[in-house]
Amino acid sequence: MNRSNEMVKVIRQQRRLGKNILVAAVVIWFFFMILMPVFGIIREAFREGLDVFIAALTAPESIHSFVLTLWITMATVVINTVFGIILAITLVKQRFRGKLFVEGIVDLPFAVSPVVAGFMFILLFGPRGWLGSWFEAGGIKIVYALPGMLIATLFVTLPFVAREIIPVLKEFGLQQEESAYVLGASKWQTFWKVTLPSVKWGLAYGITLTIARSIGEFGAVLVVSGSIINKTQTATLHIHQQFTDYNYVGAFSAAIILAVASFIILTTMQRIYRQKGVD
Amino acid sequence: MGIVVGDISKKFGDFVAVDNVSFEVKAGELVALLGPSGSGKSTILRIIAGLETPDSGEIYLTGNDVTSLATQKRRVGFVFQHYALFKHMNVEKNIAFGLEIQKQKKPVIQKRVAELISLVKLNGYENHYPDQLSGGQRQRVALARALATEPRVLLLDEPFGALDAKVRSNLAHWLREFHDNFNITSVFVTHDQNEAIEISDKIVLINRGRVEQYGSARDVYEHPESKFVASFIGQVNVLEAVVRDGRINIKGADATFEPRDGEKLQTGDVVLLVRPEDIELVATPVSNSLPFTIKTIHYRGSHYEINCEVGDILVNVIENKNNFIRQQWSVAQNVFLSFKDYRIFTAEGGHEKVREKLKELGYIE
Repeated sequence: MNRSNEMVKVIRQQRRLGKNILVAAVVIWFFFMILMPVFGIIREAFREGLDVFIAALTAPESIHSFVLTLWITMATVVINTVFGIILAITLVKQRFRGKLFVEGIVDLPFAVSPVVAGFMFILLFGPRGWLGSWFEAGGIKIVYALPGMLIATLFVTLPFVAREIIPVLKEFGLQQEESAYVLGASKWQTFWKVTLPSVKWGLAYGITLTIARSIGEFGAVLVVSGSIINKTQTATLHIHQQFTDYNYVGAFSAAIILAVASFIILTTMQRIYRQKGVD
Repeated sequence: MGIVVGDISKKFGDFVAVDNVSFEVKAGELVALLGPSGSGKSTILRIIAGLETPDSGEIYLTGNDVTSLATQKRRVGFVFQHYALFKHMNVEKNIAFGLEIQKQKKPVIQKRVAELISLVKLNGYENHYPDQLSGGQRQRVALARALATEPRVLLLDEPFGALDAKVRSNLAHWLREFHDNFNITSVFVTHDQNEAIEISDKIVLINRGRVEQYGSARDVYEHPESKFVASFIGQVNVLEAVVRDGRINIKGADATFEPRDGEKLQTGDVVLLVRPEDIELVATPVSNSLPFTIKTIHYRGSHYEINCEVGDILVNVIENKNNFIRQQWSVAQNVFLSFKDYRIFTAEGGHEKVREKLKELGYIE
């Protein structure tokens, strides 16, 4: 009896030790990987005082870069939401040749390095590219201009919406839609009143991810845009520019804005994720 | 005129799901499409609703040819196996859906929804969502939703399949009452013979995409036209026998018995079909009884199932609980069986002809 009590005690002690090690590892990781860097950014941004911080943020090239990021993000969300829904519904409900192939390459943008993707679009849409030369002849600039940057962002964010709603649509099945048909609803009415509401949380989550990625995209946009100040420089490119120009206050003050945006997106995602779980 | 299913066929790839099926449901009837799983009964129901297109054949609803009419325009009420309620809408919204699609006026919708909610006894649940309801409650919402638009016919696909036994039986009887009050032509699909027998006016027995038999529950049970019907609806003993001098001799059993009152049988081979509950078990010989020995006894809750043998012949007998207790049957006991009811198959031309006929009907391999 005593012996087994002793054993239990030892095992408990070992367990407690194991637990403590795990907690310590998490805390240390969190401290070095998140808290310290955030603290560093804030300190650098305000190193020369609040006035300089505000001046850096309100500089024309800074404002231009944020406005550009905002436009690209909004356009990307609208286009990829519509296309993502079409893609998901097609993949779940339609049968066609090459479906497996399409299903496989939906995730391609996740696998390809953004820089590589950028070069891909230069090849295609550059002044001497297959499609680029054609557009050039029509007087339309794709690469080193807004259209190219939008295309690059669309590419890297393509899978988010589709990936989030495909499993919901699959689980949703056909019966609710058939119910609607029997009750007299057309396909279009059924889509708006039955299908879309049932995937709304997945869709919201996909859109949030799309926004986060559009704001944060760097590599693909850098290659495609040429990072021309006041023209094709997005917020992330602006930060990079300021940093390489040794203007640390400019770089870190813009970085704070992006960090705040990330924080808002993160909390929104958490909230949506909980809703998704409820449904 | 309720529903006419005219010679419909449907293939999925190489698989023949529905094979020249025809039947008619009279206005106001409640008909069961009964069959084992994979027999094509659900496909037939979906073809009536327009959710599947038949390869050939016609569907008439209340006298109109609807074969080429879209589901949306057929005005049928359909209750799906797993209810298929709209998960993101509450009970009220679910029921109102069809009326809203019809662009009915708000007060009209409200009145109709309120009526239906009290009809299916869901008062107080108006604002509940489907996942806050029990299976039986969901089923009733599905029914109310299907009836809201006043459909011409009501179609139910395994309406009680997902419920537990007790709720199932209650709801089945409730549906029967409901149907009688509403007087709407209804077809429901089930694989449960008891359910079909208990609540339907008529049964369409489906096997391998074909109609095996169509008739009242009593017809189908007491006059099965094929072995499939006889054995799918209840159990049956198949016994080979010979008729000699007007008496029946079970092959292998050393005794004969007289046919039912005044039945004249020709000499020759026959086959008897006897339901286990139509056999009486007695301890001492009576007229027309056959000697057997009890081989096994199984307790089945409401009754006992007793296997009796003589030679190679095994006969399944159902004995009610009270009789069993009174008689104190035990294994290896010598008993006597008397057949209270049976079906007899005869054919001119001897044993071979009878066998052929039985083979055709599926009684023997």
